[in-house]
Amino acid sequence: MQLQYDIEGGNFTKAGFASSEIKKVLKQLNVDAATIKRIVVSSYEAEVNIVAHAYKGAVTVVIDHEKIVMQYQDEGPGIPDIEQAMVAGYSTASPEVREMGFGAGMGLPNIHKNADDLLIESEVNKGTLVTITIYLKQEGGQ
Amino acid sequence: MQITELAKLTEAQVRCGNGLMHTEILYAAASDLMSDVLTIHHDGMVLLTGLANMQTIRTAEMSDIHCVVLLRNKKATPEMVELAAEHNIILLESPFTMFKACGVLFNAGVQSVY
Repeated sequence: MQLQYDIEGGNFTKAGFASSEIKKVLKQLNVDAATIKRIVVSSYEAEVNIVAHAYKGAVTVVIDHEKIVMQYQDEGPGIPDIEQAMVAGYSTASPEVREMGFGAGMGLPNIHKNADDLLIESEVNKGTLVTITIYLKQEGGQ
Repeated sequence: MQITELAKLTEAQVRCGNGLMHTEILYAAASDLMSDVLTIHHDGMVLLTGLANMQTIRTAEMSDIHCVVLLRNKKATPEMVELAAEHNIILLESPFTMFKACGVLFNAGVQSVY
């Protein structure tokens, strides 16, 4: 199964729509609640990052019987130093983003904590691709 | 503790979720920073916050938080109420400060997440 959603840079009113849709699909697929929470928290963090930092972006989600792979691709300033961006508390967010309750430098570390695999590729002044992989368990199963 | 009692203790008004007021909560987190809330994995948790915007409700949705209390007389927008109702999130508005709400609920036995 493949899903795709556009993400609008700067529009905090719509931030979370894609992650909400992904959550609905995972519930329909009977994925266990703890795994759904890890997936949608990771997804929401990545979605908010695009809204907060990029001009525009999209998420492509591929779900098979064993895993979900979410690719967040944006057009934006990129990340000059990915290692530094992964340090909890490091943030380049604007005051407007902080007023929305984000920009504390917790997003990427929290994705790393929840994901089974996280890959970040970025080019300065072009954009960033964040690939999150999480293995699935069915509700009541293995 | 049931949400009914929590609402009474914090003198809160119910904006949506009237039919869910018997939901039990064990824990409370108090924060205006949604980045911090998203790192918490406890079930049966209420969120106490002074941040009244759409992302407060989205954060609750993603974190499976079934009750949000807006403090310091903050008011939910119609869009927030609509989104909370869509996801069965009980949305309350309390005139209490965060300090007072935390104190009252702690004294009544609601636990901290860590």
